[in-house]
Amino acid sequence: MPSCDAIIIGGGTNGLACAARLAASGRRVTVLEAAPAMGGGASTVEFAPGYRVSGLAHLVLNLDPRVVQGMDLARHGLGYATTNLATTALSATGDHLRLDGPFGAHAPGLSEADRAAWAALRSRLLAFARVLAPFNAMAPPRIARRAGNDTLRLAKLGLGVRALGKEEFREFLRMILINVADVLEDDLTDDRLRGALAFDATLGAWLGPRSPNSLILLLNRLAGAQGALAVPQGGMGAVAGAMTRAATAAGVALRCGAKVARVLVTGDAASGVMLDTGEELHAPLVISAINPRVTFQRLVGPQHLDAGFFTRTGHIRSRGGAAKLHLALKGLPDFRGADPTTRLVIAPSVGVVENAFNAVKYAEVPDAPVMEVILPSAHGTGMAPDGCHSLSAIVQFAPHAPENPDAARAQMLEAALRQLEAHAPGLRGLILHAELLMPYDIAAKFGMEGGNWHHGELAVEQMLFLRPLPEAAQYATPLPGLWLAGAGSHPGGGISGAAGWNAADRIIKVLK
Amino acid sequence: MKDHFHTPLRQTPFHPRTSALNRLNQWGAWAGYTTALAFDDEAMEYTAIRNGASLYDLCPMVKYRITGPDAAAYLNRLTIRNAAKLSVGGVHYTVWCDDAGKVLDDGTLFRHGAEDFMLCCQERHLPWLLDSATGYEVQVREVTEEVAALSLQGPCSAAVLQAAGFDMCNLRPFRMAKLGFEGVEITISRTGFTGDLGYEIWATPAQALPLWDALMRAGAPWGIRPIGTSALNLARIEAGFIITNMDFIPADQAVREDRARSPFELSLDWMIDWEKGHFTGRRALLAEKARGSSWALVGLDIEGNVSAEGSLIYHNRKTEVGHVTAAAWSPATKRNIALAQVRRPHHTGDTLWVEVYALRELQYHKLMLRAHVTERPFFAPARRRATPPGAF
Repeated sequence: MPSCDAIIIGGGTNGLACAARLAASGRRVTVLEAAPAMGGGASTVEFAPGYRVSGLAHLVLNLDPRVVQGMDLARHGLGYATTNLATTALSATGDHLRLDGPFGAHAPGLSEADRAAWAALRSRLLAFARVLAPFNAMAPPRIARRAGNDTLRLAKLGLGVRALGKEEFREFLRMILINVADVLEDDLTDDRLRGALAFDATLGAWLGPRSPNSLILLLNRLAGAQGALAVPQGGMGAVAGAMTRAATAAGVALRCGAKVARVLVTGDAASGVMLDTGEELHAPLVISAINPRVTFQRLVGPQHLDAGFFTRTGHIRSRGGAAKLHLALKGLPDFRGADPTTRLVIAPSVGVVENAFNAVKYAEVPDAPVMEVILPSAHGTGMAPDGCHSLSAIVQFAPHAPENPDAARAQMLEAALRQLEAHAPGLRGLILHAELLMPYDIAAKFGMEGGNWHHGELAVEQMLFLRPLPEAAQYATPLPGLWLAGAGSHPGGGISGAAGWNAADRIIKVLK
Repeated sequence: MKDHFHTPLRQTPFHPRTSALNRLNQWGAWAGYTTALAFDDEAMEYTAIRNGASLYDLCPMVKYRITGPDAAAYLNRLTIRNAAKLSVGGVHYTVWCDDAGKVLDDGTLFRHGAEDFMLCCQERHLPWLLDSATGYEVQVREVTEEVAALSLQGPCSAAVLQAAGFDMCNLRPFRMAKLGFEGVEITISRTGFTGDLGYEIWATPAQALPLWDALMRAGAPWGIRPIGTSALNLARIEAGFIITNMDFIPADQAVREDRARSPFELSLDWMIDWEKGHFTGRRALLAEKARGSSWALVGLDIEGNVSAEGSLIYHNRKTEVGHVTAAAWSPATKRNIALAQVRRPHHTGDTLWVEVYALRELQYHKLMLRAHVTERPFFAPARRRATPPGAF
């Protein structure tokens, strides 16, 4: 006796987006979340009494418009403290570079030559991102005959790329697989700008700016909202809250604290799930919005999968290089005059970003990590006691599997604080409480393999029809009845919901 | 310093005997070993297989030992046949496929115990076997070098064994027995590659030479002969058996996309157990079953007496529809036989012609010969299955 029409494993943004979309198609959907609350990587946590920050992701940059509108997130309480968040590329001497508007639309601090060069590069990158963006809002094509590709739509998108014009199309082909460092060094001279862009391109990746194919990650970042950044009112938990309320309103049954132990298989099809309590739930449709490697390796197991496919699911690369730093501060730190309501980026040059990546290749902690700092308390009330401040930073690069995890965490915290102190003298004296989540802490807390927040590295060889693996790239898996809907699938992670929405679209199309 | 590269081909434990007997000095490479192609007279060697007793060095055959509580479950996921149904002491022929349902290799599976199997095959597959073992409580180990094996084939093979002190009268086909030889255990299975009465003897390298001597001594009254691969190949064609990398290419070695073959395309689908649960390639094979296959492996009876080895096959003398993978004039059946891959649906009709290039005094003559699809095996004497075996 089926408990519902579809069971969704994982109540992160993708699970919730998928649930809402499927519920709207008339299906009875149950979402099972292992954690005590829905939202996954979108959360607001009180990490010290009175001090609140976004628990993992801390900016909105690629929330899928289909999700925002389809789930009517504004009506369900999603508001923004700041939109079009400006960026300050910090300088240790106080010679900061402020980038206003989406993707640094205005950068008056640049030299005249660089201003023109940046305007040209920026508009070119945004144009590339614009023609790539629609691919994120559909199931990736499959290179095979009779694969159910949306040929007409693909042809249109292909034409869109071609419509860049002869010159720009040639540039597109030249640049699409290039490394970001080459592009920045070819076109720009300002180290602050080059450093900040190199940082953005490699944020959340296991790549340095000189690693091959790193530019495409910057384009992918821009594909969401053309580079516009926003801080939600109340932190990222507000996104989770709005999505949870929207899903509930759509009739989705949500269960927290329900950890799935395995996927049940009857005949040759997924027929439900068993929780770690032994409780069984049955449904003809089981959708995993959690990590694909975990889904196949632990929830399904080898006995229901072909040996080649099963082996490759174990080889999905998923190294995380980002650590998350939370500080409770008894006063406002002074980043040598930088505006605390901007995004503060410490990445003084391409070389510094690359050097920070070098260390993690050898499972070591870098001496001078690079980071993106947000002061949530500067954007709204309720994030810290009066007069006090909370600080949230994504610090790169952190080793995902060091020899001694505790020692590496302590070393990473010290290196991060040293960097912060260098840019905001006296900051260390303001610290009441510090928390640092290393990639392995993120892995344990959020179920992200290797601490990679895309649930599988976002890199060319794991993108589009290769994500997470060719046989499962269109959300259906080789096991009939089991589908994927998480960030491990196309188009990847971030607080987006795109993968979940695409998966639901695909399910509705295939199972109509 | 490793110096293995000085010895591109290794010698089997029987080499001291086989090299002394190899009067033609004809050697070939097989899975990294030097093996005899013929000893002194290929025709006499073939005759020994069909009319007396023959001894063949089987050591290069690749062997894996698969042990552990999940051994049967592991093999059921690996192979298309039901390994759980194989009883202890039994042997069966089997096949395993990749995810796409294309054959990686065929082989024989020996069940030594509830949790103890030996898999014998032509090609090496350790990476695939180990990958397949993830998640199973099972140990997979290549034991090729730890086993010295001989194949004793021919109508008189049971009598030779009896004379050597091994009473195998009650051993049925595809069963094996363990017995003592000079104080150490050996295994004798009623299996072989000739389609005739025959046995395979599995010993250790240390037992190899005494075992060879004992069998040659015991077999002398029946005219036992060591045989090379050429004579065996003729016998196996008559038996209709296929060989990996001769009659089909393993899917993992095929470079060209259209070269790999499924069990349906090798006419081995009779082994598939659809009810045993999932196995690697099952979903692809189910889809192929519904869709239909492209190829068939068939036996051909070709007019005349010129061997059609390597020939192309035509439909109505015009359209190319396949090729011969093995062929021979069969002394036992007095027919010109062949194994062939033929595109469906031409494998059933009676429209096939074989284009043979016959070499006559350094000059090729092109022959277009009529070929009829025929039952395999071409040669299947009742004595191969009789238990107890007839007294020849």
